[in-house]
Amino acid sequence: MRIFTLILLFTSTVCLAAQPGFTVSQLMSLLAQRKQGEVKFAETDYLQVLDRPVKSSGVLLYEAPDHLEKRTLEPRKESMILDGDQLTVQRGHRTHRIQVSAYPQAAPYVDAIRDTLAGNEAGLEKVFQVGFTGTRAAWKLELVPLDKDAARKVKRVEIDGGADVIHTIEILQADGDRSVMTLAAPSPQ
Amino acid sequence: MKGRRTAAALVWMGLLALAVWVLARARYSADLSAFLPEAPSGAQRLLVEQLKQGVASRLIIVAIQGADEKTRTQLSQAMAARLRADPEFLAVENGDAAAARRDEAFLFAHRYALSDTVTPRRFSVAGLKEAIGNTIDALASPTGALTKDLVPSDPTGEMTTLLDQLSSNQPPRAENGVWVSRDDKRALLLVRTRAAGSDTDGQQHAVEAIQAAFRAASGPGSTPRGAQLVMSGPGVFAVEARANIKSQVTRLSIISSVLIIALLLLVYRSVAALLLGLVPVVSGALAGIAAVALGFGVVQGVTLGFGVTLIGEGVDYSIYLFVQSASGTDWRRSVWPTIRLGMLTSICGFAVLLASSFPGLAQLGMYSLTGVLAAGLATRFVLPELLPHDFRIRDLTPIGRRAARLREAASAGPIVIALIAVCAAVVLGLYRQRLWSHDLSALSPVPAAAQTLDAQLRADLGAPDVRYLVVISAPDQQSALEGAEHVGAELDGLADSGVISGYQSPAQYLPSLATQRRRQESLPPPGILRTRLAQALSDLPLREDRLAPFLHDVEVARTAPPLESTSLDGTSFAALAGSLLVRDDDGWRALIPLEAPVSQGQTRDIDMERVRRAVSVGAPDDVTVLNLKDQVDAMYSSYLAGAVRLSLAGFAAIVVLLLITLRRPSRVLRVVLPLALAVLTVAAALRLLGSPLTLLHVVGMLLIVAVGSNYALFFDERFSASAAGGAGSGNGAAATATSELTLASLLVANCATVVAFGVLALSSVPVLHDLGETVAPGAFLALIYAALLSRGPHSKA
Repeated sequence: MRIFTLILLFTSTVCLAAQPGFTVSQLMSLLAQRKQGEVKFAETDYLQVLDRPVKSSGVLLYEAPDHLEKRTLEPRKESMILDGDQLTVQRGHRTHRIQVSAYPQAAPYVDAIRDTLAGNEAGLEKVFQVGFTGTRAAWKLELVPLDKDAARKVKRVEIDGGADVIHTIEILQADGDRSVMTLAAPSPQ
Repeated sequence: MKGRRTAAALVWMGLLALAVWVLARARYSADLSAFLPEAPSGAQRLLVEQLKQGVASRLIIVAIQGADEKTRTQLSQAMAARLRADPEFLAVENGDAAAARRDEAFLFAHRYALSDTVTPRRFSVAGLKEAIGNTIDALASPTGALTKDLVPSDPTGEMTTLLDQLSSNQPPRAENGVWVSRDDKRALLLVRTRAAGSDTDGQQHAVEAIQAAFRAASGPGSTPRGAQLVMSGPGVFAVEARANIKSQVTRLSIISSVLIIALLLLVYRSVAALLLGLVPVVSGALAGIAAVALGFGVVQGVTLGFGVTLIGEGVDYSIYLFVQSASGTDWRRSVWPTIRLGMLTSICGFAVLLASSFPGLAQLGMYSLTGVLAAGLATRFVLPELLPHDFRIRDLTPIGRRAARLREAASAGPIVIALIAVCAAVVLGLYRQRLWSHDLSALSPVPAAAQTLDAQLRADLGAPDVRYLVVISAPDQQSALEGAEHVGAELDGLADSGVISGYQSPAQYLPSLATQRRRQESLPPPGILRTRLAQALSDLPLREDRLAPFLHDVEVARTAPPLESTSLDGTSFAALAGSLLVRDDDGWRALIPLEAPVSQGQTRDIDMERVRRAVSVGAPDDVTVLNLKDQVDAMYSSYLAGAVRLSLAGFAAIVVLLLITLRRPSRVLRVVLPLALAVLTVAAALRLLGSPLTLLHVVGMLLIVAVGSNYALFFDERFSASAAGGAGSGNGAAATATSELTLASLLVANCATVVAFGVLALSSVPVLHDLGETVAPGAFLALIYAALLSRGPHSKA
């Protein structure tokens, strides 16, 4: 279950980190043209166990069709890489490898990423209830997990953006903790 | 005369009864220990011990295939529940979530006793600040979501450290709470037996218990919806091999007995002659097995398998006697000396096998030596007394005459043989680098299909072969654990630098008492801990009042009694620690299996020299580093070399014996040359048509010489006699008749031998097969070569 949560949170983030646009379908078609990308992120986690939020930063990378990477550089290095079926966590000099297919609940989210990167809007709608509001200049995408087990972990994912740029991704967890990730403009292609 | 007759028969029957009595009381074994050397030294002794009762030897991988996923899941759960209740099994794992939770709960409850980061420094103000700071940093990293619930009770992150220290191996894939293969076609269970791998009876019970659990899980009636049970593991192999050896030995004995009886009936056309002809065979077989039982304490199944070969040799003697005595001459003077010499050369050949450290070979030597001797003595002293006065068999002279004509016609024989020999020498020369198999699995009675299945199931389970092993020997349990901790510290360094990817040590689950005490002493009492914690948290975003569970857990750990072996009961670590920390006659051993490093998805070999250097630094105890595969291969190579040496010694002994009895080197050469050429031809043909030669091929070559010497001696005898006869008395016709009869008896005897060994070549047990495929053609060629090369003056006469 913990691994499931890990994959769920990770995919929710990366899934949209690289996705600018203003309607879901337009976003998707724009996206399909991108074969790779790299954005800097700054994340603030609000955890109930802590008095102050903790901050972290790093880069998100993706390469079509199914290589995704969240590389945290500060406060300490840790990277999480999804490459096809293999999820790799590198922390210090230890590397942990996990076959995503060993966690059947997580598989739809990995599929959703693949679909999204391939410009397939329906992929997202298989696992999230997708809400899209706002204008081209300022839009908001709201994703609510459909799966019961997933909803027990992640309440909602909110993505704010303007035109084809994502500004923030906010993940609200079921236990009240949340994280806000601010993205820098995507680097030129 | 009558009295002597009765006396001989009585003594013989008394001896047979004695042999039968020994046989009835003997222990029989059909396990694989016949192929494990008896008294190897140092690392090899450890190796053999590992193969017999080590960690890996107790592992059975169980797979359920066929049917649908739901059925497989149900079967896996029902089987696991049943097998867990059976005391024959130390552990049964099937990916069950409850078991994983129990293990995790154990680790969490004892994290301060188990984690090697628990030091006085860790619980100082600076240490707490650093450790808690790291934990808070980790909350911000992608895996933070996994650890945040643990913060109040484990702010220093001991659990994370502990999980990192344990294996880097990922568990098998689980689906609905049971392990499944990667292709999703099988449900998998991992079972550790209480019985050691070498305890074939115990393993058989375990295998039967697993089968019974499968049947019970399937419910009444046959297997539901086509589900199938598949098992693999050293114990399973041993059980299957035993059953296989048993059935094959029985079947082969029956087949060759039937064939030889048919052959003899065809030749003798007399049931009485047939029964009398079996006297030496039966005497030899009974005496041989009795000698093995007395000499070794236990009779190996394969020895009985080799036993069918004696049918050939034993029948030879009675054939010589019957056929030759039919000619009316006093066979004791005309034929017996030659038989006696043939018998002695055979004995020379077999006797050297006694020196082999492979129990299977030594038994073969003992069996054959005693068997040949008993068959020979029965032929000389018992059989003639049993023959009725009017005993006659069919006149074999026509067969002999035809054979003789064929021999005459083959005038180009020696040239052809020379050509063949040259070709054989060239083939052997070309293959000289790849002549021998240096892989023990070439002798393994486990069929290749079973080995493939095993590799597949292991890959599915992510349970690699235990190939690399560090073994620590110590006089008591605590020193073994301390040694394991010392070695573990060095291995951590090797893991950091990528020489190994990880290791398992009993001390990871059961630290030595000294270490546990040291860790407990590192934990401060509540008042001091609270003060230090307040200081450590001063500029961290974590409030002390959140950490009440931490203060509680540390105090529990500080005052808890130390962990003992029994503390592990109920977790899967109990079996693991039990198999990694073993007691034996000399004391205790801690075993540390190493995991090979993986790069780019490929498992690389471990640089064992670096491991050896690292673990021997200041090692307090006796530490051995083993690469099981290399050790096994090296051991096999040394035994192969040993077998070659033994065979050469046997050959030399035969030559010396011939020199002493025949006196003239030219006669010895005439006897030995056809045999040597037969061996050469067979070796080249086997290598050309088949795979590299094994130990048993070498032994087979020795047997070609031992058996073939009989033929060569007869030809030499005729040759010398006719040379002498031709020059002297001029009794040419009688000599020719005797010579034709000799030829006939040799032909029949040779047929019997080729049939017996040929049947052996049909066996799927490699040791029997290799021996059969060498000796059957070899014996035939020995006869042909001896016949054609001894033509000379006699054929011109």
